[in-house]
Amino acid sequence: MEISISNEELEQLLEDVLEIHGYDFTDYSRASLHRRVTRLMRLDNFPSFAELRFKIRDDASYLKRFVEEITVNVTEMFRDPDFYRVIKEQVFPQLFAKPFIRIWHAGCSTGEEVYSMSILLNEANLLHKSLIYATDLNPNVLEKAASGILPLSHMKQYSENYIAAGGQRDFSSYYTARYDRVIFNEDLRKKMVFATHNLVSDSSFNEFQLILCRNVMIYFDKDLQGKVLNLFDASLEKLGFLALGSKETLKFSSINPKFKQLERNKIWQKIK
Amino acid sequence: MAEDKIELVVIGGSAGSLEALLEILPGLKKDFALPLVLVLHRKQSNDSILTDLLTARSSLKVKEIEEKESPRNGTLHIVPPDYHVLFEQDRSFSLDVSERVNYSRPSIDVVFQSAADVYQNSLACILLSGANADGTDGFRYVQKNGGITIAQSPESAEVSYMPEHAIIANVATHVMDIKSIISYLNTL
Ligand SMILES: C[S@@+](CC[C@H](N)C(=O)[O-])C[C@H]1O[C@@H](n2cnc3c(N)ncnc32)[C@H](O)[C@@H]1O
Repeated sequence: MEISISNEELEQLLEDVLEIHGYDFTDYSRASLHRRVTRLMRLDNFPSFAELRFKIRDDASYLKRFVEEITVNVTEMFRDPDFYRVIKEQVFPQLFAKPFIRIWHAGCSTGEEVYSMSILLNEANLLHKSLIYATDLNPNVLEKAASGILPLSHMKQYSENYIAAGGQRDFSSYYTARYDRVIFNEDLRKKMVFATHNLVSDSSFNEFQLILCRNVMIYFDKDLQGKVLNLFDASLEKLGFLALGSKETLKFSSINPKFKQLERNKIWQKIK
Repeated sequence: MAEDKIELVVIGGSAGSLEALLEILPGLKKDFALPLVLVLHRKQSNDSILTDLLTARSSLKVKEIEEKESPRNGTLHIVPPDYHVLFEQDRSFSLDVSERVNYSRPSIDVVFQSAADVYQNSLACILLSGANADGTDGFRYVQKNGGITIAQSPESAEVSYMPEHAIIANVATHVMDIKSIISYLNTL
């Protein structure tokens, strides 16, 4: 049987989640939420919308799963290798002279992007003076990120991405394999700080030289995107960098005039 | 042939479909007025080769989809590599990096289904050559919502598996060779 929910039912659900649990998804893309909710109903065998709604209103522990499943957590190490090449070649040179480097990965999911950054910083001899803040609204993914453990089966792809990004070392020297998993080296993890942070409701908590928020705002509507971009602007020091996903842009936002894009790359420098 | 007025055409293709496209696009009439969306399985890459190639072969405007754009008349919108594309109620595009479907991102099923949710019976979907089962579930969903589904005839497809899979599942409203696909599109 085909499970489906109406637009009204989806709105009802979002209101419940906001009212009862304080998570605000009302400014998220409806097309994606709709798809994720029907997927979750199928996965967890809810016969109808009423049952799902009851469970969410009634069972706080189920809400954790709900939040994890209706957001999209798919990520990769060195996703878009060219992006990392530009970070290395155009952003790092401007950070060399800094006594201290603060980086924020907003919406870091299970951390693959954070470990990629840590590897690059290490190779550029910048890691020792860096601090990487990795945040997400979802505590479960942060736990995984902090563990530094990933499936061994992904390493072939990640190693190829690493090489495509210009990596010259033996990628497998960064982790230890055990059975079907790998654990990344402790020294890569030493400079990471993991914390929950909801871009919808939490405010700025530091000033950074580099903020990365990739493939998170594609799930937000225009207003929420604008709001979050303002938050990033407020959290960046002058001449700091903001990096977005390969199909995202600052172009139509109100902060655009304060930023200069690095050629055709999805990296903007705050110039005002 | 089309009783309902079609407002969007989505074309899905995999192995061997580029050849078909390079025949179809030059065959479209100069004032072809609908928006077209193209979902191709391809190697992940951010280059503009495909866009350039298709631009050279058609009088349509060819553009890779950026988030929150809306479909435009006379434009071929290409789904970017490594993203699914979803349709919002106001018909604008949303990008999505969720799990692969049928080993694919973009997945043809995902785009067909999301388009059907929004366009209902004003949607036509075309499934071209390929070696994957992607597209069949999407076809079923499009039909259920009143849209039209057209499979490339297996004889005319370089790799027949994908359209044939949909035909055998009995979810293709029409089976057409390249020439018929061109004339169909030119009547819309
Ligand atoms: C698709 S992943 C992107 C991961 C990584 N940045 C990348 O590009 O590979 C999106 C992440 O954003 C997180 N997210 C969604 N809404 C958020 C919010 N309001 N605040 C913080 N993180 C959020 C999700 O939990 C998910 O882990």
